[in-house]
This record gives sequence, structure tokens and C-alpha cells, in this order.
Amino acid sequence: MKLRIQRYDPDKDSKPYFQDYDVPMGPADRMLLDALIRIKTVDDSLALRRSCREGVCGSDAMNINGKNGLACTTRIVDLKEPVVLKPLPGLPIIRDLIVDMTQFFAQYHSIKPYLVNDTPPPEKERPQSPAQREELDGLYECILCACCSTACPSFWWNPDKFVGPAGLLQAYRFIADSRDHATNERLDDLEDPYRLFRCHTIMNCVDVCPKGLNPTLAIGRIKELLVRRAI
Amino acid sequence: MAIPVRKFDAVIVGAGGSGMRASLELAHAGLKVAVLSKVFPTRSHTVAAQGGVGAALGNMGEDSWLWHMYDTIKGSDYLGDQDAIEFMCRMAPEVVIELEHFGMPFDRNENGTIYQRPFGGHSANFGEKPVQRSSCAADRTGHAMLHTLYQRNVLMKTQFFVEWMALDLIRDSEGNVLGVTALEMETGEVVIFHARATLFATGGAGRIYSSSTNAFINTGDGLGMAARAGIPLEDMEFWQFHPTGVAGAGVLITEGVRGEGGYLLNKNGERFMERYAPTMKDLASRDVVSRAMATEIKEGRGVGEHGDHLLLKLDHLGLETIDKRLPGIREIAMKFANVDPVKEPIPVVPTVHYQMGGIPTNYHGEVLTPSGKVPGFYAAGECGCASIHGANRLGTNSLTDLLVMGKSSGQSMVEFLRTAGRHRDLPAGAADASLARINRLDTQTGGEEVHDVRGEMQRTMQAHCGVFRFPDLLTEGVEKIRAVAERAKRTRIKDKSRVFNTARVEALELDNLVEAARATMVSANARQESRGAHDRADFHSRDDVNWLKHSLWYREGDRLDYKPVNLKALTVETFPPKARVY
Repeated sequence: MKLRIQRYDPDKDSKPYFQDYDVPMGPADRMLLDALIRIKTVDDSLALRRSCREGVCGSDAMNINGKNGLACTTRIVDLKEPVVLKPLPGLPIIRDLIVDMTQFFAQYHSIKPYLVNDTPPPEKERPQSPAQREELDGLYECILCACCSTACPSFWWNPDKFVGPAGLLQAYRFIADSRDHATNERLDDLEDPYRLFRCHTIMNCVDVCPKGLNPTLAIGRIKELLVRRAI
Repeated sequence: MAIPVRKFDAVIVGAGGSGMRASLELAHAGLKVAVLSKVFPTRSHTVAAQGGVGAALGNMGEDSWLWHMYDTIKGSDYLGDQDAIEFMCRMAPEVVIELEHFGMPFDRNENGTIYQRPFGGHSANFGEKPVQRSSCAADRTGHAMLHTLYQRNVLMKTQFFVEWMALDLIRDSEGNVLGVTALEMETGEVVIFHARATLFATGGAGRIYSSSTNAFINTGDGLGMAARAGIPLEDMEFWQFHPTGVAGAGVLITEGVRGEGGYLLNKNGERFMERYAPTMKDLASRDVVSRAMATEIKEGRGVGEHGDHLLLKLDHLGLETIDKRLPGIREIAMKFANVDPVKEPIPVVPTVHYQMGGIPTNYHGEVLTPSGKVPGFYAAGECGCASIHGANRLGTNSLTDLLVMGKSSGQSMVEFLRTAGRHRDLPAGAADASLARINRLDTQTGGEEVHDVRGEMQRTMQAHCGVFRFPDLLTEGVEKIRAVAERAKRTRIKDKSRVFNTARVEALELDNLVEAARATMVSANARQESRGAHDRADFHSRDDVNWLKHSLWYREGDRLDYKPVNLKALTVETFPPKARVY
């Protein structure tokens, strides 16, 4: 299998460059991550993050033939060779395929990603109907891999001011939760030309999400709530 | 060489479920805590748990913590300590409800309560019939739980050190634990975390085997660090083979599939579990199901070209149930097995999944050796051994364990810190051992490739210490694993960069893996009985006269010691060992 991988080690390189690899694949190799693990047995200097290898931890997001995705759930047979791999776009590169995700997590933290409910906790669970719980489907499954936010031109231009699709999806996850009591505060926080309204429904986020989630839809719902609140 | 020292009241190594549950207790008490993790917290392996968390909430019908306790003891094949098991089962409802209050998106019943599904080995009325005890968020319970715990820690302003790998435990001459050395992966810097109390919540070492449901990061770092610091490892011969890993890929398919009504088939289309476990059938405990599967394969009733796997049928559950209760499974089956379970069965095989043993503790999470408590040292979650799971863990009890033990360890640390006084002085050369390990890798030129040594270890464990264990293979396995451990001392890496050097991290992880592998093989070779997940071809039965005791393995000289099982529960009568039938 032929790959072209962007390399950069600040310890020795002045700028990123591409390196070509041609690795023989084994019979059990199915996913792009399998190929990268094979490369590491011949070139241990290739740096990437990986952990669960089943698409649930969100570690191995990267730019694969021009599109963001997870190496562990991207099938080799679906890839055109040479497979061109780059780190996620728009974030500072630490080394090779590893990016600095500080900004991405800062935006996630900025939406207060936790349940707010100041009523005294009951002895049992806070009741929630199946229909109310269903409101969280398509939201809570986010794995924070950053494929979406780093595919979003609005996030590239204003990563410090625009929350980005991943953060906004989680903002809506708490707004949509019948147990959360901070909807107004959450909406106040997002009613801002940058934080929410930099989303121009380009929908790259939907296109790349490895979990099939739809941040644009969630953003639309938040905008709707703001409009409804203003009337 | 002077290396930076950072002082905290407490340091927690590992930001999975138990580490992040413990940190909440310390945060509530206003203590200064550092949580170190090799990966961003939500990438910890708790994220991969699927089927649910066990707690006798009784939302689906009558249930009681006493029944849960009985099931857990029986599941452990009577090797579990009954005080710890009682503690966990009594505390389980409380910690699950707390998690709901933190925002966990549990599935719901029509009346608004948390939905619970049946699970392997969980029964009503002391084994009479299956019970619905597993509280879940579809088949993504671990993901939902880990994110919820992280979110709560964000609220509590916990200080995380993300992508820091702990290297070695620091003890003074009196044996007190004073923190850890750790490597910041991004910069290559080594720092001492000087703490008054230290918790290991580093998870299991499932990567000692070549076929494992575990993540790459599950390298038993806490076990390696403890063993190098002279602390024994308990019951390491007991490894759970999960019945349903995707054949060839190793990825987990939750027992929740069988909880929702799926079942296993052999090549004749026979639902063979009916023969092995007439009452619980496919919901017998995992060691029983995995052994039945291995027997089917061994006796020529396996499926596929090589007859090396079996089938998990769930299409009869219907599209609606599968999409609602098991959406993640459908995704995994389609990606990793090329089958849509709505139409076809999933090819599955028993796959290494969970380490029942670990660092010996009591149910407060205090590390306990035959010479007494190790002051300032705690362990929780999969790396600890309280021992709740004994010789075989029940499904859903890992998440229960990490919540209960995470919380209780955190509480014991708070208690200890109240009276522990100031930081004890670091011994001279506190970081020498860690720096020597790093320095060796930086300067070694010739030597062994890390992946070669790791591969040899994994193949050896797989071939010599599997579902069925044979005396000759075990004896030979001990020699092979010792040879692997010697080779691990001579590994070399070509990458010498300081920045995010993953080759160095993998070499350092190998140091920990080989300790877990040695502990496993040596303990397994010595235990002359079959109990729970440890099945010996030469000793077919459980032997309560000679072997109702915990193994303790010491790194120094591969020495073994034993300690009695605690059969005395906290408030209820002992459940005496009896024949185990499902």
C-alpha cells in the first residue's frame, strides 16, 4: 500500500514535508490505522495518536485524501492510492499527524459542558420520559475527535471566537436535556456574532463526522430557539 | 541532575472512570489534586464499555443488592472477598443515581426511570431466573459515563495533566509512597509529582495478549510501576475472555446483545449454550460461555473456513430494537465484520477483555500487602484488586467497580490527608530509576526492536495462557516470558526526538507489559486447580481445600505468596462455596 504522509518534527525540521511509504499489508489488515501501525514497525519516528482502534475514543482523527476522518474506521479498500495523510487542518502541528487541540477543547469548555440543575437532587433519578431522552440522541454520542471543527472554514478563520460545530453540538446537547435548567444562560452566551453566528451552514461538519452526527442541525435548532425567544 | 518537582496534596494516575470519580471527592474536599493521563480523559478505555452498569435499582421488577452480591460471589467462583463484594453491591444504586444527577444520558422507561437490561450471570432470587439489572445508555454506556465524569470534573475545575505518562512510583526508605515521576509526552520533560497521597487508576494490561478487546493504551502501567516498587500483584492468572469479540478484529460486541435476546450458534445452527447452561443459557457468566465456545470450536463445530469462530444471531430482534438498543454494535459489525446484524449473524470468538487481578487493596482502595497498608498509596478500577471479581467478573460489574471504588478511594484519600501532615521529604535520587530508563533508550544503539519483543510476548501469552491451560504449555510459557522480559531490557528505538516521541512511550510501556505478563504466567503455572477463568487441563475441578486463596506475585525472583479469601461479609451471612451451575 502506498502512502504519502506529511512529516514535521520541530526538533529537527524547519518546515513540514511529505514522505512516501510503500508497506506490504497483511491478510487481516482492514483499516488505515492497520497500515500506520505497520509503518511504525519500520519507521518508529512517525508520530500519531491512537487508542481504542474502534472509532469510539476519537484519538486518530486526521486528514485522509483531503477529508477529515478516523484512521481506525477508514477502510483501506475505499482509499485511492497513494493515500495522502495530513494532520487535521487549522490547528498548530506538534509533530507529524499530531496537532495541538488546546483551542478546540477551550471552545468545548466554553459552553459549560455539564448539566446545570440547582434543585436539590432527589433520592432517586430525575425522571425523564423516553421521548425527552430521545432528544439527546445524535448529540451525546460525540467523541470530540475534532474532525468537524477542523473541517469548518469558519473555525479556521476564528478559532478563538467561533465555538465551532463540536462545541455547539454539545451546547445543544445540554439545552435539549429536560433535566438542564440553564437554557436561557446558554442561549445568552451563544447570542453573539461570532460564538454561534459564524456558522454559515457550509455543512463540512456533517460531511466528515465519523459518527454520523449532524452539528448543523443542532446549530439550526439553537438559532430557532433564539428567534423564538426574541418574539 | 535536578529535575522539576511539583507539589500536590494528591496525584491520580489515570483519567478513566475510577480516576475521574475519585478526583471529584478530592475536589469536593478542596484539596489540590493532579490527574495524569496518557491520553485526553475522554479517550480513556472506559469509553469502550458498552452494555451497562450493574446496580439493583429494581426499576424493571423486584431486585436487591443481596441478590447482586450472591451473583457476584458465584460469578467470582468464590474467590472474591465477600466484604468488598457486599460493599460494592450495596453502594451500586447510590453511585448510579449520582451519575444520573451529574447528567448521564441513561435510557429510560415509560415511567421516567432508568432502563435496565438483563446481563450475564445476573439473577433474581439467588440464581432462579435472569434479572434486568444493567443500567445503560444504548450500547454506549462507557462513553456516556466517561464523558459525564469528565464534564463533572470540568465543573469542579480538576487539574488535568493530559498526555503525561507516569514512569515510576516514588517510595521512601520506610515504604511511604510520595508520588510519581512522569514524562510530558509533548516536550519529553521528566517531572516529579510530589504528593501526600497517590492513586493508581491506570486500567488493565489487556495488551499482553495478541488478540484483545483492549485499547492500545491498556499496557498495565500501574502494575509495572507497583511491581518495580516492590508491591505484589494479586490473582494475575485470572483473565477474562469475553465471549464475543469480532472474529479476526478483536473488537468487542457487548453481552447486551444476548441481554436483549440474541444468542450463539455453532456450525450446525444449534443454540449450543442450552447444553452447557440450561437455566441461564447464553446469559451464563462469561467464563462459562467462553469455555463452551472454545469447546465447540475444539470439537469441530466452529464456523467458517477454518472452523475457528461461532455466530451471534440477533436479526430476530428486529430493526427497531437493534437501532434503539444496539446501534453501536450494528456500526461495529458493519465496519469490522462486513455484516449487517439486522440480516446476518456476527462472527465472534472469545477474546481477552478484562484483568480480574491487580494491585491488592481493601474496599477503601488502600493498597494492602502482607506486611500491612502501604501509607499514601491507593488503587482503583481495573488496576486494583479488592478483590470484587475473584476468578471471573460479571458483565456490568466493571463499571460498578470503577464508580464504587473510585469514590471510596477518593474518600479514603481525603480522610488520610486530613491527618497525614505535611509532605514527607523526597529520598535522594527519587527520579534516578526513571531517568536511567529514559537515558538507556536515548543512548542505546544496537538491540531489540520494541514491536518484536512485544509481539513475542503477545504470541506467548495467547498460545500458553488462553481459555484452556495445559501444564506443559504453562511451564514452557514461564521460561518464554522470562526470556521476553530479559529482551525487553535491551530494546532500542531509532527515534531520538524529544517531541511527542511515541516510540519512546511504547518502549516504556513494554517495561510495564512484561511485568503483567510474567505475573500472569507464573501465577497461572502455580495454581493447580480450575476456578473461574483459570481452567487447567490437568486439574479439572475447583479445589477449595488447597486453593481458596489469593495469589500474590512479587517481581523480585518471581516469588509467589498467598493470602486467604475473606469469606466474611460486612453485615450478612457468608455465602459458602458451592458447586457453580447456571
